[in-house]
Amino acid sequence: MTSKPGVASKLELDNVHKAFGDKHVLNGINLAIDEHEVVCLIGPSGCGKSTLLRCVDLLDTIDQGDIRLDGDSITARGIDGNAVRRRIGIVFQSYNLFPHMSVLDNVTLGPRRALGMDRSEAEAKAMELLDRFGLADKAQDYPNRISGGQNQRAAIVRALIGDPEILLLDEVTSALDPELVGEVLGVIRDLASRGMTMVLATHEMGFARDVANRVAFLHEGKVLETAPPAELFTNPTEERTKQFLARVIEAGRL
Amino acid sequence: MTEPKTKTSGDPAERRVSASSAFFAEEGAKTGIIAVASTVIFFGGAALLISRSSNWPNVKDQFFNPENFSESAPDVIDGFWLNIQLFFWAMLIIPLLAMIVAVMRSLRGPAFMPLRLLAVIYTDLFRGIPLYLLIVVLGFGVPALQINGLPTSPAFWGIAALSLSYAAYTAEIYRSGIDAVPESQRSSARALGLTQWQSLRFAVLPQAVRNVVPALMNTVVSLQKDVALVSILGIRDAVREAEIYKTRTFNYTSYIVATLLFLAISIPLTRFVDWYIARDRAERSQSQV
Repeated sequence: MTSKPGVASKLELDNVHKAFGDKHVLNGINLAIDEHEVVCLIGPSGCGKSTLLRCVDLLDTIDQGDIRLDGDSITARGIDGNAVRRRIGIVFQSYNLFPHMSVLDNVTLGPRRALGMDRSEAEAKAMELLDRFGLADKAQDYPNRISGGQNQRAAIVRALIGDPEILLLDEVTSALDPELVGEVLGVIRDLASRGMTMVLATHEMGFARDVANRVAFLHEGKVLETAPPAELFTNPTEERTKQFLARVIEAGRL
Repeated sequence: MTEPKTKTSGDPAERRVSASSAFFAEEGAKTGIIAVASTVIFFGGAALLISRSSNWPNVKDQFFNPENFSESAPDVIDGFWLNIQLFFWAMLIIPLLAMIVAVMRSLRGPAFMPLRLLAVIYTDLFRGIPLYLLIVVLGFGVPALQINGLPTSPAFWGIAALSLSYAAYTAEIYRSGIDAVPESQRSSARALGLTQWQSLRFAVLPQAVRNVVPALMNTVVSLQKDVALVSILGIRDAVREAEIYKTRTFNYTSYIVATLLFLAISIPLTRFVDWYIARDRAERSQSQV
């Protein structure tokens, strides 16, 4: 792995297993992500990308193995899951903004209720972020009144406002109309350039090649290979990776 | 249908349109006539049947006597005021109690097992007992225990029985609303670092309640009538007052007074619920952008 001896990676997954009933989704995931690193997870649907991200944010409990943040296990017994989730941000494919709240209330809910920030402070911080992502004029709108791209950008702001140490993005452009994909990818590119540690599950191979420090190919719940994009996309070592990339190229997505 | 003929020179499509609108206008008029005629025939027939019945004069005198009507009305109206008060108290308690039970049942994780179990037992028990029996058992049974500090007022136990029973149903309505909120909403609330309770409180419950407002309002209409059941306990509500009058005079008109009073509340309430549901549906279909 990339971690130097003695220096723990930002995030480490060690032999992580997860099954839903008798369906084994993760079959021994090993992966380490360094601080300021952007890692893209690619692989066919059902390979476990989303489950991996959900397990890291403790939204699903793993069956076996260990997940470490800054070298400390977050999946051991007796860990306060709420405290861990406050250190990690996650953005979902279908945005999942709360439909009964304005964009501003969506963004400030976390800091106000989970971090105990007072309303004016939370709103000031929210407005600053919304402004940075071009959403200042949408702050009072409800999610069903704004576009998918704006929804997804608002969801990213919601995930960022608690200053997470690591941001997980689960196919955040898959539910968007093609013409809205660009604005969301632009936001992620901007975050990467600011040194945000990110793990992205994505189908956007071109974007992965562009923004990732490393790309991890998942197949049947295992990380088959990890390499810098230039290497993985042009010269994959695993047969499965070659097959997958061949299909992607056929579909015109690379 | 002579109109299309006079327009033969026009464009065929236009002709078809005007023909069809004429058809619909005619159809509309026809529908109206049929509706009026069938209503007149139906209710007229029913009225005829009742008034032709050999015993109608007696029944009319027993149930619809104007003198008895005005004589019994003041007491029955007084009693009805009590029904309104009981209804009011039950309306305060039921939503609260039901929400507590629904939330208890929606908590996850092994630690909350006892609360979930308690909620299941509660709903099974109080939905399983006929309201009539519950009122009798609580209203007569508990005061008979003569435990110090427990209220003995039949009105109190009447409200308690109504609330316990209705809260069990209402809790299930809430729960169906909670279950209808997508799992992803709970996930994204948890992802913000909110606790399980905060996620329910701020993300799930507001949406859940909105989902079930129509069902809740139907429950209100039903409760408004079931309040009359507390008369079993001897509480002098509208029904009890009507009964007292009947026992004294052997005339049933007082029951008609009580019936009209209940209708005076429940019909506007029902109309309001229908209007509200229609509006809610229209709003929701609009917001699907």
